[in-house]
Amino acid sequence: MYKIVVLIKQVPDTQNVGPDAMNADGTVNRQALPAIFNPEDLKALEMALQVKEQNPGTEITVLTMGPDRAAAIIRDSLSRGADKGVIISDMRFAGSDTLATSYALACAIKKIGHYDMVFGGRQAIDGDTAQVGPQVAEKLNLPQITYAEKLVSLKGDTITLTRRLDNGVETVEATLPVLVTVTASADDCRYPHAHRLLKYAKAAPEIWNADAIDPEMERLGLKGSPTKVKKIDNVVLAHKDAQQVEPTEAALNELVAGLMKDHIIG
Amino acid sequence: MILIYCELAENGHVADVSLELCTKGRSLANELGTQLAALVCGNGIADIEKQLYPFGVDKVFKADDRRLSPYRTLPHFAVLSKVIEENRPDIVLMGATCVGRDLAPRISSYLRCGLTADCTSLEIGSYEDKVTKKQYDKILYQIRPAFGGNIIATIVNPETRPQMATVREGVMKKEVVDANYKGTVTSLDANKYLRGEDECVKIIAREIEQQKINIKNSSIIVSGGYGMGSKENFEMLHQLAQALGGEVGATRAAVDAGFAEGDRQIGQTGVTVRPKLYIACGISGAVQHRAGMDQSGKIISINTDPEAPINAIADYTIIGDVCKVVPQLIACYNKNKK
Repeated sequence: MYKIVVLIKQVPDTQNVGPDAMNADGTVNRQALPAIFNPEDLKALEMALQVKEQNPGTEITVLTMGPDRAAAIIRDSLSRGADKGVIISDMRFAGSDTLATSYALACAIKKIGHYDMVFGGRQAIDGDTAQVGPQVAEKLNLPQITYAEKLVSLKGDTITLTRRLDNGVETVEATLPVLVTVTASADDCRYPHAHRLLKYAKAAPEIWNADAIDPEMERLGLKGSPTKVKKIDNVVLAHKDAQQVEPTEAALNELVAGLMKDHIIG
Repeated sequence: MILIYCELAENGHVADVSLELCTKGRSLANELGTQLAALVCGNGIADIEKQLYPFGVDKVFKADDRRLSPYRTLPHFAVLSKVIEENRPDIVLMGATCVGRDLAPRISSYLRCGLTADCTSLEIGSYEDKVTKKQYDKILYQIRPAFGGNIIATIVNPETRPQMATVREGVMKKEVVDANYKGTVTSLDANKYLRGEDECVKIIAREIEQQKINIKNSSIIVSGGYGMGSKENFEMLHQLAQALGGEVGATRAAVDAGFAEGDRQIGQTGVTVRPKLYIACGISGAVQHRAGMDQSGKIISINTDPEAPINAIADYTIIGDVCKVVPQLIACYNKNKK
């Protein structure tokens, strides 16, 4: 049996941005965006659940950094088969970039203590940076296996996984403990169990503040974040003088003939 | 010093994305009055520096060892982190590839320095910290769309060095500065850099897939968005592309909806393209998508929505139903070809 930590994140659903997503001053109106379970983190949870299925007695702890309302994705994880959930939440984490985030998560994982595997999604849809996984791995001095697609086998302390790369698939073998980031083409997460849904509907996860994870305080939040936002620009479109073409046969014909004459199409 | 971490393609040549970064690195180095360096880690890379000099690289570091090919995180991490510590570059640039996005964050964590992923533009400028009032000159602006593409963020790392950024393939232009440019090469002794524990992840199989879809090098791209409505409707884009001798591209939304394969995705988190002609079908034009295609020669937008942001960068806009317009375009082309 194994001990697994799965890193999860509640994210604004940036794929379904409504017209009220932006405030008039160009800041993001977070209230208007539905909060969802980051899709690749769900796939990471599934990989952990597959380990648990094959190795009864395995214990899965899901860990997230976020506001208290992130309890929703902890409860969701519990209903799908995770055993424990922890939120690290503190105003002192505010303004964290990926470096400060990974530091806080690494401190929390150390507090959780024993772990054979750390799983997480490759990236979160609100930033698409794919940085936190490898950064947590470095901080815990773990080897990292990124873009994992399939768990091939797990025997004793040897894990074998396939990785989905730009130009193919690689099968790698590593000795535990490892950190694994799971990519979009991995298996979808199983559905919640009905009885677990009921059981955990009101479950309150453990919430740890900054003091609880015993960090060097100057490495947290804004202070611990080397990247600064110099400015945010609203997307202003420089209007080209577009030529409007009516969707009529004559007009389209003229367009196509013109492009052919200019050798843009041959 | 500006350092480019260079990747090798399967054929052993320096990858295009790395040469593009060398080109950008050269112009940034000129602006800063500093040297451009490149690091290559591989196996059997005797004359690799000759591929790099024409792009204006002053200094090539190379580590040639069987443990460094194919790429694995820890051996490359060991070499790159030490080369940075020994040479203290101001800026380190890497491709936003599977390799760069695996390696860069581990390096940034180790060095405790800032890293910005998937930049669409890099510039040099000044920055004033609003709290400390401290002024920073000649630092790297790392510019990228953020938050669902609703905003463009300019990120800086004022205090930490190096300033690190990753950039996707095709975003920067690859340009030889001088075919006779001469730099120097430093061969690194891999044994001084690699430790036994760097071997703890073993590659037991590799299947390299030939790229079936080649949108990057296509001069005509017919691209579809979520507005295509279905996979069946998307099929007509293949017909138009085939007629014109082009390739089919897609937005992230279209890929997520299952209308097209991931390899066709154009945009900040997909491929960046610069075709002669880009036909945007049922694409609203989120900034991440535009970041991947706004350098196209001519852009035709076909959309029912006259207010779609894509229309603002189009040369021709056709306000209408793509499902009707696309077959009409195919018919017009066939008629004119004769």
